[in-house]
Amino acid sequence: MAMIEIRDVSKWYGAFQVLKDCTTKVEKGEVVVVCGPSGSGKSTLIKTVNGLEAFQKGEILVNGIPVHDPRTNLSKLRAGVGMVFQHFELFPHLTVRQNLALAQVKVLKRAKDEADARGVRYLERVGLAAHADKFPGQLSGGQQQRVAIARALSMDPICMLFDEPTSALDPEMINEVLDVMVELAKEGMTMMVVTHEMGFARKVAHRVIFMDHGQIVEDAAKDDFFGTPRSDRAQQFLAKILHH
Amino acid sequence: MGFDFQVIVDSLPFLWKGFQYTVQLTATAAVGGLFFGTLLAMARLSSFKPLAMLAAGYVNLMRSIPLVLVLFWFFFLMPLVLQGITGAERPPPIGAERTAIITFILFEAAYFCEIMRAGIQSIARGQVHAAYALGLNYWQAMGNVILPQAFRNMVPVLLTQTIILFQDTSLVYVISATDFLGAASKIAQRDSRLVEMYLFVAVVYFVLCYLLSWLVKGLQRRIAVIR
Amino acid sequence: MNYNWNWGVFFQQTPDGDAFYWEWIVSGLLWTLAVSAAAWLIALVLGSVIGVIRTTERTWLVRLGNAWVELFRNIPLLVQMFLWYFVIPEFIPPLKGWMTSTEPIYAQFLAAVLCLGLFTSARIAEQVRAGIQSLPRGQRMAGRALGLSEVQVYRHVLLPMAFRIVIPPLTSETMNLIKNSSIALTIGLMELTFRSREMGEYTFNFFEAFSAATIIYIAIAMTANRVMAWVERRAAVPGYIAGGGR
Repeated sequence: MAMIEIRDVSKWYGAFQVLKDCTTKVEKGEVVVVCGPSGSGKSTLIKTVNGLEAFQKGEILVNGIPVHDPRTNLSKLRAGVGMVFQHFELFPHLTVRQNLALAQVKVLKRAKDEADARGVRYLERVGLAAHADKFPGQLSGGQQQRVAIARALSMDPICMLFDEPTSALDPEMINEVLDVMVELAKEGMTMMVVTHEMGFARKVAHRVIFMDHGQIVEDAAKDDFFGTPRSDRAQQFLAKILHH
Repeated sequence: MGFDFQVIVDSLPFLWKGFQYTVQLTATAAVGGLFFGTLLAMARLSSFKPLAMLAAGYVNLMRSIPLVLVLFWFFFLMPLVLQGITGAERPPPIGAERTAIITFILFEAAYFCEIMRAGIQSIARGQVHAAYALGLNYWQAMGNVILPQAFRNMVPVLLTQTIILFQDTSLVYVISATDFLGAASKIAQRDSRLVEMYLFVAVVYFVLCYLLSWLVKGLQRRIAVIR
Repeated sequence: MNYNWNWGVFFQQTPDGDAFYWEWIVSGLLWTLAVSAAAWLIALVLGSVIGVIRTTERTWLVRLGNAWVELFRNIPLLVQMFLWYFVIPEFIPPLKGWMTSTEPIYAQFLAAVLCLGLFTSARIAEQVRAGIQSLPRGQRMAGRALGLSEVQVYRHVLLPMAFRIVIPPLTSETMNLIKNSSIALTIGLMELTFRSREMGEYTFNFFEAFSAATIIYIAIAMTANRVMAWVERRAAVPGYIAGGGR
């Protein structure tokens, strides 16, 4: 059974179709990179996986649990799926420590001390234990994104979703975040990553998905994708972003 | 016509009682109004359309008629409603003061609703997504992530609205409740000392409200610096 | 609830026998509109002037404008109403003389219009100031750089945009003014709310009487909204989104 299974998913905003019959899957332990021009629907697609975006047609299974089924307890499902956002989305009124503990206590019902200890452990992993009692606004963008990753990891997720995790960062901060992600991938975490960082894709991805106009245009093993993309659009896209 | 300070001095104990009621009414209406207003705001933003429309209808109704008329409505309706609930033979007399408190809570709820709605909408969608992505449910996300930020953003506006409320409570005069102005007016008419009493009331309100809004402005600047 | 419904009450004769109750309501409505309209004119003119002087670079003018706004904003409207009707005439004997000799309704009308007009002027002044200050600073400088005088800069550059920005808050101030005019009932002015309560007291059909007033206030609010929306559309500048182009 695949960890994430997306079947014929379509989504409309009114008359405008943002996703067109998208089908793909992410196996356990697999790292899949989703790329494509802006407005191609890739962010929308990844947000359908944990039900943040509803869809009108098709089905999505996460670890066998149907996301589209109204009877599914979405909160419970989401608690097991880590997500990292483009704009970090740390809670600005809570300290880093509180950010890490909140959902552990409220959703997983962990004791405060336990949640705190676990949070600090992941903070250490991303190299930010010294900043535990600061507020998010006092950290740099790269640091905030690493805290966001630690926050997701402290929920012991079975897989991780990354929605353009480096595109809001200043260039000098991108690598500190990518390093954490590479390490995570090497440990065997199942990851679905929307990103333009092709270096990251080359280094750790197993498969690359290329989207355009709401469709999955290309879905190939990494070497095939970078070797000989079959579609013109993917070739043009690659040429543009690998130019420099 | 001489200005008679003595009449003010002599009536201070009575005025003080009226003033205490004014403060009590303001505080109760602010707390109650904020509580129900927040619930109303959540209802207005609900994706369950009938609930959202009901809340919007209530808020728009309250905001389009004068407070004086609302006070008259409640003063007339409250005994009938209570009679309906308790099944009493005659409408129970609950008094102008208590009628005023209930009226103000329900009236202010409409105004606090709009403030809290703006506060909730000022929170970026990503915050809501992040809270849900961590597995928080609606009430947990509201209580731990969205409302604390919304309150914090709206503190100056909420305080300003409370100063307006403090002034508006003087309207309970129309249902003969004895608030600060009501007390002053009773003495003014008893002793035919309208000039002294109304000027005194005006000065007291002015000094208090001016001071309070000055404090709110200071707070606003401090919050602006922290951000 | 034992309540005697009677929607026909509006067509009953009043105790004096010279009118129907619906005529009371209509005459109340007309007074509400008359007070509001007169006060609105005062408020708009004074409010604009005071709003403008608060954005000038003359300190004493700014202080004067600020004092004006603070004075009217920090005293409850009902207290202001009593001041205008009971207190201020005591200090102006000719005014007092006129007020006691004329029909009470004219004295009440004058006090209510002055009270509501000045109170609302302070609020409009605040909106106008905010509107002018929300314009990019470069606008004023560009105007001066072209050789326009300060007055010309306001007249031709700043105010035309500021008033467009201010239309939505002005709409809600207009609505507030109409609602606030009900406070004039405390000095005996027989406006809409006064009349509906009076009708309730005479007939014990409070529900019907208050409903009539409520519906009329809602209708006024909706009409005012429509009118101001129309003004806003008419005044819209192509390509410019009010509120700083968000």
